[in-house]
Amino acid sequence: MSLAQPRSTPTWLALLLPLTVAVIFIGIWHVAVSWTQSLIFPRPWEVVEGMLELATKGVLHKYIISSLFRVLWSFAIAALLGVPFGLLLGWWRPANLAFNPILQLLRPISPIAWIPLSILWFGLSEAAPMFLIFLSSFFPITLSSMAAVRNIQPVYLRAASNFGLGRFRLFTAVILPATLPQILTGLRIALGIAWLVVVAAEMVVVNPKAGGLGYLINDSRSAGRYDLVVAGMVLIGVIGLILDLLIRQLEKFDEVRWAYATQ
Amino acid sequence: MKSAGPTPRNDLPLRHTVPNGLAVSLRDLRMTFPGQRGQPPVEVIAGIDLDVHVGEFVVLVGPSGCGKSTVLNILGGFQQASGGQIVVGGQPVHGPDPRRIFVFQENGVFPWLNVVDNIGFGLSKHSRAEREQLIAHYVEMVGLKGFEKAYPRELSGGMRQRVELARALAANPEIIWMDEPFGALDYLTRLKMRSDLVRIWQSERKTIVFVTHDIDEAVQLADRVVVLTPRPAKIAAIVPIDLPRPRDMDAPDYLHARDRIFEAMGNLALARGR
Repeated sequence: MSLAQPRSTPTWLALLLPLTVAVIFIGIWHVAVSWTQSLIFPRPWEVVEGMLELATKGVLHKYIISSLFRVLWSFAIAALLGVPFGLLLGWWRPANLAFNPILQLLRPISPIAWIPLSILWFGLSEAAPMFLIFLSSFFPITLSSMAAVRNIQPVYLRAASNFGLGRFRLFTAVILPATLPQILTGLRIALGIAWLVVVAAEMVVVNPKAGGLGYLINDSRSAGRYDLVVAGMVLIGVIGLILDLLIRQLEKFDEVRWAYATQ
Repeated sequence: MKSAGPTPRNDLPLRHTVPNGLAVSLRDLRMTFPGQRGQPPVEVIAGIDLDVHVGEFVVLVGPSGCGKSTVLNILGGFQQASGGQIVVGGQPVHGPDPRRIFVFQENGVFPWLNVVDNIGFGLSKHSRAEREQLIAHYVEMVGLKGFEKAYPRELSGGMRQRVELARALAANPEIIWMDEPFGALDYLTRLKMRSDLVRIWQSERKTIVFVTHDIDEAVQLADRVVVLTPRPAKIAAIVPIDLPRPRDMDAPDYLHARDRIFEAMGNLALARGR
């Protein structure tokens, strides 16, 4: 509870306000293109037409699936490796001492900087973009899992040791449930980053036959089709939003809600 | 007081008995924390001798920061004393032990478990049927019927402490350590929790060592009140409270006992002025 929190806004206003902003934004866009008589920059309805064109040609869903496939697999592998690794680093001090410095060194290197090496190692195979996406989500997942263990309230560990828990039950009954909310937050952030990186990866290292939304943008630029460039951008935004909404659904489970709910 | 609560359980083996009837025996307990950043070491406990009998309710009172919680942490096995003999249940303390359960000041219950699963936390070695029976028994004893499926965040502070007490009782410990368990609650809730704790203690007959800075709390609960001095803690006085429970807070004997504790804490003038 805080004074800054507004009184509950009526539903119609909560819908009308963003809608108005959207209409004004699209209006300005349209007027600006008409006024400058740009031959290259598309008007809003031309973008919609471009999307329909892609859809009828059958490449739209193919590109969307390609991008989603890459992100979800790379993200899943990063989560499968990063969560246990992070928990280990948070719990076992020698592992932390050994690995934390190199993690901190690798973490600030943008996945984009790995593009040359990924081409060198994987060529134009599926593995190249997936490697980049994996890198982009592995570090945030590992580090947030590590932090989650370190942030466990000492009182939970004391209670656990008081009840004489063995290592296995300590992990399954206390450490895992206590860290789950922060792990989930890390996964959410990592998925957002992975979705950002897929576009960059596909612009450079992708097989044209497989395509993808990043490929679409770069390919359309080469062909001078800026309506399709913007169409690709809009799709990336919409799908990114949907991914975030989906992963947010996980935060509603009772197992993790305790950490998000304000008391 | 008539025992309105559930009947005492007889489904578990009797608590192991100590030859001399002592649940706790402290001899010259000392604790010194190393000084931080070049500061000299801080002596927190300066030699405490104390015996607690099996089934006794002993309350440690003392001014804030005097080291009373440190005594309890050492007894609970969470901290290692710098010196002295610490014998609990007939054996030297080596660490936390499920035969004596610690009840924390607040937020000691697991927020990811509902009431039933919190209370059953220490019962993993029991069969499912036994576990359910014990949980139901203690849910009723602490007055949480109807809240079995609730999560701690949905409960008031007082109810969360009831969950933690039930979790401790369900594990059938010989001793319960309580570290200002009602300290974060409002006045009326605190009164109710105390009278419920007395009722539960009378039916379960556990040894309880209870830490508080609230003198009234001490007089209402204890068989004996151990008054500690300001840091470094020593025993200033031990005041037996030989009054029937539940205790009348206006009875002359009650007020007399309270005065004696105030006196031992060097605050008698303050007590009279109230």
